Amino acid sequence: MTRISVKVDGTAYEDEVEPRLLLVHYLRDRLGLTGTPVGCDTTNCGACMVDLDGKSVKSCSVLAVQADGGEVTTIQGLASADGEWHPLQRAFHEQHALQCGFCTPGMIMAARDLLRENPDPTPEEVREGLEGNLCRCTGYMNIVRAVLAAAAEERRHQAPEPGAVAEHAEPSTAGSGAPV
Amino acid sequence: MIPASFEYARPRTVEEAVGQLALAGEEAKVLAGGQSLLPILRMRLAFPELLVDVGRIPGLRGVRTDGDTLVIGALTSHHDVVHDPLVRRHAGLLAAATATVADPAVRHRGTIGGSLAHADPAGDVPAAVLALDAELVVQGPDGRRSVPAREFFTDYLQTALRPDELLVEVRVPKADAWGFHYEKFQLSAQAWAVVGVAALVRRDDGRIVESRVGLSNMGPTPVRATACEEALAGADAAPDAVASAADSAAEGTRPASDLSASAEYREHLARVLTRRAVLAAADLT
Ligand SMILES: Cc1cc2nc3c(=O)[nH]c(=O)nc-3n(C[C@H](O)[C@H](O)[C@H](O)COP(=O)(O)OP(=O)(O)OC[C@H]3O[C@@H](n4cnc5c(N)ncnc54)[C@H](O)[C@@H]3O)c2cc1C
Ligand code: FES
Ligand code: FES
Repeated sequence: MTRISVKVDGTAYEDEVEPRLLLVHYLRDRLGLTGTPVGCDTTNCGACMVDLDGKSVKSCSVLAVQADGGEVTTIQGLASADGEWHPLQRAFHEQHALQCGFCTPGMIMAARDLLRENPDPTPEEVREGLEGNLCRCTGYMNIVRAVLAAAAEERRHQAPEPGAVAEHAEPSTAGSGAPV
Repeated sequence: MIPASFEYARPRTVEEAVGQLALAGEEAKVLAGGQSLLPILRMRLAFPELLVDVGRIPGLRGVRTDGDTLVIGALTSHHDVVHDPLVRRHAGLLAAATATVADPAVRHRGTIGGSLAHADPAGDVPAAVLALDAELVVQGPDGRRSVPAREFFTDYLQTALRPDELLVEVRVPKADAWGFHYEKFQLSAQAWAVVGVAALVRRDDGRIVESRVGLSNMGPTPVRATACEEALAGADAAPDAVASAADSAAEGTRPASDLSASAEYREHLARVLTRRAVLAAADLT
C-alpha cells in the first residue's frame, strides 16, 4: 500500500491505496464520485476524462499513486458552489448534445481543456480537440455546436468588448447573458 | 480490466532509479507517462513485479539548446514538444509528427522518451527522430552513453536500452535549413499510422541537395528510405523528379500484413506518402 494525498473537486483526501489502483477506480469506488464513467479497456473512448493539475487526462490510464500531491477536477466539480451549471453543461443541455449521456462527462472535460487553450475555436478545431472522445449516439454534430455555443458565451462573459460579439444583438454586461 | 499487482517505487534521481532497476533486473519496468504501459497492464499483457515511476525526477523534462544541438529531456510530454518554441524553430518535423500522436489527453501524459523506449514501429515520434539523425542519451549503472537513432531500434518493440538503463535525453541536430513534412495515413482519428512518412529536404534554388526520409510501420522497426534518399540527392526540385525518386521508397522494407493493410498496400502507401511528404518538405506543393 502507498499513501497518497489528493485534492478532488476542492476537497482534500488522504488514503492508503494499492499501487495498481487506477485513478478512475479511486474516484468512483473509494470517493463515490461516479460521475466519471469507464467506457473501454484500451484508453480510446475518453469517457473517463478528468482534469489533473490543469490538463485533461484519461483517468483509466493514470494510477492513483501518480496523482499523489495533485489536484483533480471531475465533471462533478464544474458547477459553481450555488449549483449553477458550467456554461458547457448548459450548452450540452440546450443544444441536445447527448442521448445516453455516457460520453458526456468526458466530452465536457475535453471541451473545457480545449477552450482554455483556444477560447475561440473553429468547428474543425473543436473536432480535433475532441479527437480522444468517442460518442456512440449523437453523431457529434450537436456536441460541436454545444462547444461553440459555450465558447461564445464564455467569451462574452470574460471580455465584454462592445461590437466584438456579432452573434448577440444586445450589449452584454457581466451576468446578464445567462440563457433561460 | 484491473492490472495485476506490482510494487511501486518513485525515485528522486536518475541514479536512484537506475539502482532500483539494476536490483530488480527483468522484473522491473520504467513508468513514464504510462500511456503505453498502463493500457498493456490493464489488458494483462505484461506482469512486472516493480514499476519504477520516473515521472517526478527533476531535470528530465524540458527543452534547451547546446550549440547546434537541441536537447529534449526524455520526460518532456508530447504536448510540450508540440508547443515548445525551440522545437518548432529547430526541429519542426518533430513537432509536426508529435502533433499527430493519439489525442490531446494522451499527449498531455505521454512522453518523448516513452515513445522511443516503447519503440512501436507504428509510432510517429520514432520515424521523425530517425529522420532527424538524433542521438539518444541513456544512463545506466556505469554512467551515460549515446546511441545514434539508427542503432537504437533493434527489433519489434525492442531497443538498445538495457533493463537497468534509463533514456534521459534526446539530442537533435538543429535542422533550421531543412524543409520538413510529416505525412500520416490513418483509418480513423486518434488511430496509429497505417504508414507514416517523416521527410526533411534541403534544397538550393533548383535542386534538392539532400533529403532524409523516415518511415513508420514499414517493418518491425522504424526505417529510413535509403534508396529514395539516394535518388533525391542532386535531383531537380520538380514534381516529376520527386515522384520518380519516391517510387523507390519501399525498397528494402519489410512491412507486415494485418487488419489495417496488406504488405503490398503498405508498400504502395509508402511510395505515395513519400511523394507527398517530400513535395511538401521541398516547398513544391
Ligand atoms: C489511445 C492511444 C493512441 C495512441 N496513438 C498513438 C499514435 O498515433 N502515435 C504514436 O506514436 N503513439 C501513439 N500512442 C502511444 C503514445 O505515444 C505513448 O505516449 C507513448 O508510446 C509512451 O509514452 P509514455 O511516456 O506514456 O511511456 P510509458 O507508457 O510510461 O512507457 C512505455 C514504455 O517505455 C518504457 N520507458 C518509458 N520511459 C522510459 C525511459 N525514460 N527510459 C527507459 N524506458 C522508458 C517503459 O518501461 C515502457 O516499456 C497512443 C496511445 C494511446 C493510449
Ligand atoms: S475508459 Fe478511459 S479512455 Fe475509455
Ligand atoms: S450520448 Fe451516448 S455515447 Fe455519447
